[in-house]
Amino acid sequence: MHVNFSAEELRFQDEVRTFLRDKYPADIRQKTDTGVPLSREDYIRWQKVLYQQGWAAIGWPVEYGGTGWSPVQRYIFANEMANANAPDMVPFGVKMVGPIIYTFGNEAQKKRFLPDILASNVWWCQGYSEPGAGSDLASLKTRADRDGDHYVVNGTKTWTTLGHLADWIFCLVRTSSDVARRQEGISFILIDMKTPGVTVRPIITIEGEREVNEVHFENVRVPIENLIGEEGKGWTYGKVLLQHERTNIAGVARSKYRLTRLREKIMQPIHGGRPLVEDANFVRKMAAVEIELKALEYTELRTLAAVAVGKAPGPESSLLKIRGTEVQQAIEVLFLEAAGYYALPYVPDQYVLDLPVEDRIGHGSETTTSLRYFNNRKASIYGGSNEIQKNIIAKHVLGL
Amino acid sequence: MDFSITEEQSMLADSVSRFIDQDYDFERRMSIAESDDWFSDDVWQAFADLGLTAALFSEEDGGLGGGPVELMLIMEQFGRGLVVEPFLANVVLAGGVLKRAGSEKQKAELLAGIMAGTTQAALAFAEPQGRFDAADIATIATPDGAGYRLSGRKALVLNGGAADFLIVPARTSGEQADVDGITLFVVPSDAKGLTRKAYKTVDAHSAAEIELRDVLVEKSSVIGEVGRAYPVLSDALDDATLAIAAEAVGIMRTLHDKTVEYSRNRIQFGVPIGSFQALQHRMVDMLMECEQTRSLLMWAVMLADGSDADRQKAISAIKYQVGTAGRHVGEEAVQLHGGMGVTWELDVAHYFKRLTSIGILFGNADYHLDRYVALS
Ligand SMILES: Cc1cc2nc3c(=O)[nH]c(=O)nc-3n(C[C@H](O)[C@H](O)[C@H](O)COP(=O)(O)OP(=O)(O)OC[C@H]3O[C@@H](n4cnc5c(N)ncnc54)[C@H](O)[C@@H]3O)c2cc1C
Repeated sequence: MHVNFSAEELRFQDEVRTFLRDKYPADIRQKTDTGVPLSREDYIRWQKVLYQQGWAAIGWPVEYGGTGWSPVQRYIFANEMANANAPDMVPFGVKMVGPIIYTFGNEAQKKRFLPDILASNVWWCQGYSEPGAGSDLASLKTRADRDGDHYVVNGTKTWTTLGHLADWIFCLVRTSSDVARRQEGISFILIDMKTPGVTVRPIITIEGEREVNEVHFENVRVPIENLIGEEGKGWTYGKVLLQHERTNIAGVARSKYRLTRLREKIMQPIHGGRPLVEDANFVRKMAAVEIELKALEYTELRTLAAVAVGKAPGPESSLLKIRGTEVQQAIEVLFLEAAGYYALPYVPDQYVLDLPVEDRIGHGSETTTSLRYFNNRKASIYGGSNEIQKNIIAKHVLGL
Repeated sequence: MDFSITEEQSMLADSVSRFIDQDYDFERRMSIAESDDWFSDDVWQAFADLGLTAALFSEEDGGLGGGPVELMLIMEQFGRGLVVEPFLANVVLAGGVLKRAGSEKQKAELLAGIMAGTTQAALAFAEPQGRFDAADIATIATPDGAGYRLSGRKALVLNGGAADFLIVPARTSGEQADVDGITLFVVPSDAKGLTRKAYKTVDAHSAAEIELRDVLVEKSSVIGEVGRAYPVLSDALDDATLAIAAEAVGIMRTLHDKTVEYSRNRIQFGVPIGSFQALQHRMVDMLMECEQTRSLLMWAVMLADGSDADRQKAISAIKYQVGTAGRHVGEEAVQLHGGMGVTWELDVAHYFKRLTSIGILFGNADYHLDRYVALS
């Protein structure tokens, strides 16, 4: 047992660092550093840089354009991306629908969709949840009825992250209700958002931004060649997708980066007053979060090591999701507390307008801490809520 | 020992409660919150008509003679209604200073306007460098001719954008964080050399950053004694802390009730989510937090007229409780509402945001736990 990287791994780390230093656009970094939401164009420009480098699809098989990296290389890459505060790929294409298509799609579908996902030519979003089907996803009601060589889709998807920026949506829909188990009548289809009958309406989240949407389908005609795999098998495909989501699910590297920033921040005198590092209460709380994060990092590394020797990842991913989001949320609380009174002003525009520091309310980006704290309450709700993750562990690990 | 309230006090609570139910539903509240105004003039006038703006002042000062119990009853209802109007800034903070230390003339000119609801006021209780320490004052007042010249910066001045005048603590002697050497000044908001950047806060209240550059004021603008204002400032802030603690109790109870109600109606897996024991226990924990917080609130209200040391200790105890239990209840309410809990559309998110602000205002849980220890 040892914690050192090999010479080869260190060379790889250097390569990633050099790439990020030279190719990560400064204007985008400035936005991520101050907490300004990125535009669609920003995301695409950056993702195309990763694509050009051959690093867009870390987890894909090499034959489809993936990297073929070892778990340690992925770990190094995630850390370097976080340390540069570089955005990850928007997950819906490359992490979610891509693996489904190369695993269950036919040759024509792979040819048609995979290259555009890889090159960020097409923006995807995820249409699973419905107003009545959140934790209980299998109760979904959106229908796709066969009509000649088309499906006619009717229903409502909700919480669709960045759906207003998307070109295509992948959906779980009901193709049959005449089945023994509710899960069996569900199919996985791809829908062009420009098809007549698709409408996207904003849902404003707690901190005041448009991040999620409701997507309505009214007699939307979808060619049957957009069905992935077999009709009625969508549920099983969706489950496989959940396993692909597990890489980076805990967000360890991002959390480490945030804690480093916080440590720097508390060394600075507060507006000319005393630095927060002199407050023993705060420092102890920060240390406790750091220890929890270290445990999580090693739990994740243990999981990756097991996968590398051929063990299928199991419900450990639920542990990573629960503890990972708890740590993220604990870090937001620390930032909030560090900001003191400057957590209160609601002035999101001052970063978007890029006002000079002396014209801003608060120095640095203290006023974004509360917005991040509020917004990140979502982390324990989406992607299978933490309660549902505990149910999974209880059932599949404890056997209860 | 007596937990009951008088008939008059219960009538007061009923009248505020009725106003919230009839004239201040969530839709109205959001239309005020999302408007360009700092608050609703109509609502403010209604508060004056109901006697709320005068409720906490003595009869000699022209008020209705209420005390900590009245403060608690009003604020708890304001919590329930998520009221954004600047009662805290006008009545509890600025009014709290004036009733304690104002001259007859200042009371007649300024306090009368606050009680009538015709004057807007603010107390500049914080500075950018001071974190939660109200004695950390770098704003300097130097004698100048017949008056004083003020220079410095004030942070998060509640109601600072709407205020007609500000009460500005400034240092007339001593070192930056000394409790001695602080003097309170009345400064009109249109004074030469005063600039303000006003904004809404995350809970839809409003505040301002204020800069004073060689602002000249007359000697008569001093409130109370020169160099000895800290006890006045500190007592007014303790009142305000008690006020937001009562508001928090109203919010926590509302969040608890709404969560239980939601869990009865939200169906997943063919049953109400409230039937899952994992969630039932969480809601029971929320209820216990609400009850414990209410108990500490009542204790603090009962001690509010007692000795300084007991009163301050009780205030810090309740504020610590509000900071910790409040965050717990707020986060749980959001979590148990699932995705709906993080939407702007649902009131739960806005209660949670106000509770978060309250947790920070006048010192967070760490600050008050330290103060509690220091007083023990
Ligand atoms: C910001 C955000 C972005 C999202 N993005 C997407 C997206 O892009 N695409 C998409 O398809 N979906 C998305 N979602 C939806 C997300 O997956 C759902 O919100 C989630 O599955 C929870 O469902 P719900 O909101 O309906 O809550 P509910 O299922 O109604 O749950 C309410 C509460 O009950 C608890 N609960 C439910 N069942 C049980 C049980 N059996 N035992 C114990 N507790 C239980 C939950 O944990 C939660 O606390 C997003 C959600 C959010 C908030």
